[in-house]
Parts: sequence; structure tokens; C-alpha cells
Amino acid sequence: MKALFFIILFTAIAATAWQIVKLLGLTKNNQIVTKKENNINGWLMLGTMIFLYTLMIYYMFFGGRDVLLPRQAGSLEGEHIDNLFKMTLGLILVVQFVTQFLVYYFTFKYRGNVDKKAAFFADSHKLELFWTITPTVVLSALIIYGLWTWSLVQDVTNKKDNPIYIELYAKQFQWEARYAGKDNVLGEANVRNIKGMNTMGVDMNDPYAKDDITVLHEFHLPKGRKVVFQMRSQDVLHSAYMPHFRAQMNCVPGSKTYMAYTPALTTEEMRKNPDIIRKVNGINKIRAEKSKELVAKGEDPLEPYEFDYLLLCNKICGAGHYNMQMKIVVEDEADFNKWLASKKTLAEKLNQNQ
Amino acid sequence: MSHHKETFITKYIFSQDHKMIAKQYLITGIIMAVIGGFMSMLFRLQLGFPEQHFTIIEAFLGKEGMTPDKYMGLVTIHGTIMVFFVLTAGLSGTFSNLLIPLQIGSRDMASGFLNMISYWLFFLSSLIMVISIFIHAGMASAGWTVYPPLSALPQAMKGSGLGMDLWLVSMAIFIAASLLGSLNYIVTVLNLRTKGMKMTRLPLTIWAFLITAVIGLISFPVLLSAALLLLFDRSFGTSFYLSDIFIQGEVLHYQGGSPILFEHLFWFLGHPEVYIILLPALGITSEVISSNARKPIFGYRAMIGSIMAIAFLSTIVWGHHMFVTGMNPFLGSIFTFTTLLIAIPSAVKAFNYITTLWKGNLQLNPGMLFSIGMVSVFISGGLTGLVLGDSALDINVHDTMFVVAHFHLVMGVSALLGMFAGVYHWFPKMFGRMMNKTLGYIHFYLTIIAAYGVFFPMHFTGLAGLPRRYFSNAAFPLFDDLLPINQVITIFAIIGGFVQLIFLANFFISIFKGKKATQNPWRANTLEWTTPVEAIHGNWPGEIPTVYRWPYDYSKRDENGNLWEGKDYTPQTVPIRQGEEEF
Repeated sequence: MKALFFIILFTAIAATAWQIVKLLGLTKNNQIVTKKENNINGWLMLGTMIFLYTLMIYYMFFGGRDVLLPRQAGSLEGEHIDNLFKMTLGLILVVQFVTQFLVYYFTFKYRGNVDKKAAFFADSHKLELFWTITPTVVLSALIIYGLWTWSLVQDVTNKKDNPIYIELYAKQFQWEARYAGKDNVLGEANVRNIKGMNTMGVDMNDPYAKDDITVLHEFHLPKGRKVVFQMRSQDVLHSAYMPHFRAQMNCVPGSKTYMAYTPALTTEEMRKNPDIIRKVNGINKIRAEKSKELVAKGEDPLEPYEFDYLLLCNKICGAGHYNMQMKIVVEDEADFNKWLASKKTLAEKLNQNQ
Repeated sequence: MSHHKETFITKYIFSQDHKMIAKQYLITGIIMAVIGGFMSMLFRLQLGFPEQHFTIIEAFLGKEGMTPDKYMGLVTIHGTIMVFFVLTAGLSGTFSNLLIPLQIGSRDMASGFLNMISYWLFFLSSLIMVISIFIHAGMASAGWTVYPPLSALPQAMKGSGLGMDLWLVSMAIFIAASLLGSLNYIVTVLNLRTKGMKMTRLPLTIWAFLITAVIGLISFPVLLSAALLLLFDRSFGTSFYLSDIFIQGEVLHYQGGSPILFEHLFWFLGHPEVYIILLPALGITSEVISSNARKPIFGYRAMIGSIMAIAFLSTIVWGHHMFVTGMNPFLGSIFTFTTLLIAIPSAVKAFNYITTLWKGNLQLNPGMLFSIGMVSVFISGGLTGLVLGDSALDINVHDTMFVVAHFHLVMGVSALLGMFAGVYHWFPKMFGRMMNKTLGYIHFYLTIIAAYGVFFPMHFTGLAGLPRRYFSNAAFPLFDDLLPINQVITIFAIIGGFVQLIFLANFFISIFKGKKATQNPWRANTLEWTTPVEAIHGNWPGEIPTVYRWPYDYSKRDENGNLWEGKDYTPQTVPIRQGEEEF
């Protein structure tokens, strides 16, 4: 593959050099495009179209397919987003294939020729109406479906599903999480309260804060229970991005933002998903090869990759932006409750420290 | 026109002649493009081959090579230079200046002096921006959108010190330059058209430049205010954008502001900016496609209507950059609605281009090829806008490489191709000489192949969840399998970069050595081809010609179905003939 690129590149450079020599010698370079040139360019434009189609098909079905996020979303809301995405993508692909064909095929078919004359065809109300109304109708459908999905996934105030409340707290360059505890209400917090162990600035005078539980490095979520996330940041903008849930919300210093998602598959269930298995195998093949090189150099091999849900930072936040992540474990509600019960509340941690 | 004697300085440096100012804009733009493009290659090397050492990186970035700070500085300045200095000033500045007086039939801009000031302010801002790359404190590196608090607090990152101050100063001067330019363009188009040049007889280039100038006038001042407030927050301790901040072990005094305010102000320019870049390219493409298809542009009035619709909509869609900032979901719905509406005028334009090609007699010279390529890339990039403009779908791809792929295709590459089309097409008007065609062909095919090779696969890295502005993916085994795609992208990017050397060689050698042009080399209808090949101050030696018809009478037939006078074009200066109907 690389060799091919370099061959193309060198051919181009050689041809360029030759032309520059010609240019310097002021050899004839007619202004009007000749019939021969139009012919060559017509065919080359068809070639460009074939290159574009090959590229699209190759990445859609081979080179790009296995790297994508699993088709199965990890959250109920994500499934709605995926349905909308599939519909939009289908539309895009049809329009892309057809219009690109028209652009390049017309260029080829109507390539210039001295014997030919162009048609004088300057306007047609029928055609204009057709391609104003068709996109309008299609887009209306897309907009209505899109807004329906949007209102569904932005529903954070609905208490009917008995959601649990979790705060995701961002700082350069680390995530922390806080659970609302038994009362299921998060205590108030402000950066002015940050002191020692109380890294999130929780207001310990707020009665709701007494039972709040804070965790680092990894947080757990119960399967099938709606989770309302409250996001805060202590320094710059961050963005809480959980690609497998199709979830994202910025963390804005000075204010709180919210999103709500319902995990649909536990981590264990997701690991059995065929898309995930294929992706993990692909990654581990690459890691195994890299490990061989490392071992040859006398270094430790890489750990094999195992799937985990991830929270990552998706808003440029400084030098460590590319490192900012937190592991998410989705498990059955019973396991989740057991895990949460094993964690100390923030109040306990603070008392212990004094 | 006064005919005072011109010295070297008044002719080439402090020139008030719009044609010279256009060339100054173009050459400054090309230099900035080389800098911005070269930066992209450095960070593409890092993304494609993160573990390799490249002497070229060490040569430019010092012994420690690529660091996260330098990486983010490079992407920031690359974005700023390409968006503002190349595709706004370089594109609009060049062609608005060159073509507005020539195509509407005027001796010069309404104010040649303001025009000169505009260029020199632009030059000054370019100089400051370039200097800011090399300062010891580090260039601005909070992304080209410079969101506070990252950009506001020097302790948040290395680039938020002096580098950021220079960025803001440079942008403030740039905006002043852009506003002076826009005012001049609007006044000139509205007031200085020659006899007979009704608004409905203006070439589409002029319509595009006019509407672009109007959008610029509406939106650039808002960015200026955003930049000034940011400067206040940085230097005078105000809290417009900052509140409740704890950084490096201490609480800062800022209280009550919000970075979201900055985002609103920034994108109130930022989104129209996309069309400030795109519309001139679309205008150029309309003109080049029509004259080389030897066919009238299809749906002239619909084209004007869609330019206006796009311009109007562009000012009420900025919120689609902010779907996940926590703004009211209802507001998100409104922005989704207005954003997706833009697809309608865009589709109209795309189909009108395709219909113009249909049954044409296409002269596939380099300008024409670049225009057709522009239409192709505009469609490819525009379609993924349906994903990003839809708030529910944006959640999952926001700020990923998918966005990077989308906007590079739809406004980066397509505007760049439009700019190349313009350069090839109007080179004879600028320099009185022709560019080499064969080099143009090679340049075109390799450029479009490289562009698609870079940006089509990039969509897939975004759909795999890869965020943009990551210096390295090493912390995420999840992204290990994206490396092969990233390598392909990098290789295509390097090819694409090298190919531009062909253009540079062709451009600069042709200025001095190119074949002498004839007066109307493309057999086009517009007024600029009635001026002498050797450009003169005041454009026309005698009277300014009168205009009798629209600019797209190509291959017009008489009542017997024969071409009028056997020619497939009728310049705007030809009176309506007996028995001929004005279109």
C-alpha cells in the first residue's frame, strides 16, 4: 500500500518537474482545452469517481466496519438514538451515491467536443420546485423524528422512573463520582468548600450531603434503572462522554448540567456481544504484535484488552486531556447495591481523617 | 482618476488599486496556507506514527519533539490560520477585491484608501499571529474556538499566557480589517455598478461576495466583543466568562460569569463564518462552471434565493455547536429545526450545479475541474451535516473526529478547491499570463484524491468514539485498532501537502514566465474580460462599458435554433439583438 503511494507521488513529481522545464522553456501551452485533453480528463474524472466509491465501500464494509462502536447501544436511550442514526445514515448514503454519480458521470458524458454544442437550458420551475419540495418533505420527517428522540433523551426531570442521582465531577485531569446515598438527593457543593479529603467541595452542613458517597477511578451503575447524572467542573470546561451509552454532556465551571440514561446491558453482557468480541479480538491482535516487539526490546508486554464501559473527557481541557478517563461497571441492581454499601460515605472519610 | 506618477512603493506596497490589493491578499493568504498546512502535517505525523521519531518534528519543535502542549498549540493555530487567514481573508479578500470592480464595471472600490488600510491591518494581524507561534511562552493552544476558562487562565495550560494575548490582539486587528473590507464591498456593489448593470444582471460571484460581506458585517463585531471581554477577564480580573474556579490548589475570585456566554458570542460569529468561507467559493464555482460548461447557470434566480436563504439561516443556527453544553433542550429543538432547514437551499444549489453540467459542452480545464471537485466535496461533506445538525445524533458524535471530517470536507476542502478554481480561472486577469494546464491537472487529481483519502476514513474514527484534540490514544486500548486508519490518513495528508508544491511552483513561475494571456481566454461573458490584458489603474482605458444583458448567455439560440452569430457566448456588453429576447 505504502509503496503504491510513493510510486504515485514520484510519478507526479517527475511529471511536474518535466512540466516546469517546459514552462521555463515557454513551450506551447494552448489556452483552449483540446478535444484530447477533454477526453483524458473525462476518463480521469470517471476514475476519480471509482476511487471515491472504492474508498467508501472499502471503509464501510471492511477497513472501517470492525472499529466502530458496537451496534448495540449500552443504554435504552442510546437505542433510540441509534435508530434515528440508522435512518439518517441510510438517507445520506443513498443521496451520496446518486448525486456523486451524477456529478462525475455528467462530467464524463458531456466532456467538451468541438462538434458539440451545449444546450441553452437556463431555468425550469418544475425542476426547481421538485428539488425544493423533496428535501423539505424528507427533512420534515427527519426533524420530527429527531425532535421526538431528543425530547426522549433529554428527559431529566421526570421522577416517574424512580431514578438514582449521581454526580460526575471533572477537574484537570481526573474524574470523580458522587452518589446521592440513602436519601437519593445530592448535597449542595461549591469549589469554595474544597479542603483536604473533600475534593469535590461538598457542603457538609447540607443535611442531604451527610450520606453522599464519593468514589475515584471507577464507578458502578445498576442495569435497568434510570440514572440522572449531574455534571460539575472545578476549573475548565470538560465533557462527560460515554460513547457506549451514546451519552455526552459538558461540565461547565460555575453551573450544573444534567443528563439521564438507563443502562441496558451489564458489562458482562456487553462483553458477549458479537461486535464487541470482534473488536476486542482485533485490538488484541494488534496488542499481541506490539507486545512481541516490546519483549524483543526487553520491556514488559502489554496487557490484553478487555471491554469496559468508559467515561472519557471530550472537551479540550489542557495538557492531560488525552488521559482523562474513568472506568464504568454496569451490573445487576443487587450487585450494585452491595458494591455501594461497601463504600464509605464522604462524611465517614472526613471524620476518619480528623 | 488622477494619473500621478506611480513609484514602486505606491504601486506594489501601499497600493490603492483593487487589483494589486487582491494580489497582496492572495499571496499573503498563500504564505499563511503554507504555514497552516505544514502544521497539520506535523500533528498528522504524531497521530499516524506516534511512536516514531521524525527529524522534521525535532527540527521544528525542539529536542523533546511533540508534547501535548505543542500538539494542541499546532491544532489551535492551524485552525485559526486556515479558517480566518486563508479561507476568509485569502479567499474573500482576494476575489472580492479583484472581481467586484471588474465585474460590476467600476474604476475601483468605493474607497481605495480604506481598502489599502484593510489589507495592511490584515497583514499586521497575520504577522502577530505568526510571531505568536514562535514565542517562548508557547502559542495559544486552547483550540481555535478558545473557550474560556482554559483560554482565560494562564495556569490552566501553557499556551494560555502571552500566546493567548497575542492571539486575541491579532484577531481583534483581523476583525477590523475584515469589517473595513466588508463595508467597502457592500458600498461598491450597491453604488458603483455601471450603466445597465441591474442587480438581476450581476454575476453570481458578486451576489455571493455581497451577501458574504453582509454576514461578515453582522457577525464579526460579535466576535470582537467576545474577544474583548475575554481580554478583560484575562487582564483586568472581570468575571464575564468565569465563576467558581478552583485551580492548582487555590480558589480564584471570579464569580457569576459563564463560559457558555462566550460560546454563544463565539458561535454567533462562528457559524456564519462557515458561510463567509463557503459562499465566495460557491460564487466562484457558479461562474467557472457556467462559462466552462458553455451553458447558462441553471436557476440563476434560485441560486440568488438560496444564497440569501443560507445567509439568513446561518445567523440563527449557532446553537447547534452547543447542543451538549447543558442549554435548555427546548432551545436545542429550535436550533435543530433551523439547522436542518439549511439543507434545503444547499440541496437546491447542488442540484442546480448538476443540471448546469447536464448537456453542456464541458471545457475541462483546471479551473473547471476544481469547480466540479468542489461540488463533489461540498455534497460529501454537507450530507453528514444531517447527523451533526440533529441534536439527538450530535450527542454521540459531538467533538469526535467525525466532526473534524465533516467540517474539513464541507468548508475546508470545498472552499480551498473553490479558491484554486478561482486562481486558475482569473490568473490571466491578475497577471496577464496563463498558468500551465498540465500541472493544473496533476494538481487537481492528486489534491482531490488526497482530500478524500484523508477525510473519508476519518469519519470512521469518529464513529468509533475517538475524541478530537487527543495528543495520543495510548491511554485507551479501546482505540488501538484505529491506528491503521490513522496511518492511511496521515499518508494521504502528506501526499496532499506535497502536491501543493506543484501548485506553488506553477503559480510563482507562471507569474514571470507563463504564456501571455489573450484578452478573453475562457470566452466568458462577464465584464472583467473586456479590460486590457495589461492591467491599468481605472480598469478601462476609455468609457466604462454599458451592460445590456445577464452574464450567462452561453450557447443562446436564435429563432431558427442556430447560435447567435455562430458564437457560443454573448458578452454582457452586446446589446439585445433584433428578434432576441432578454432572458
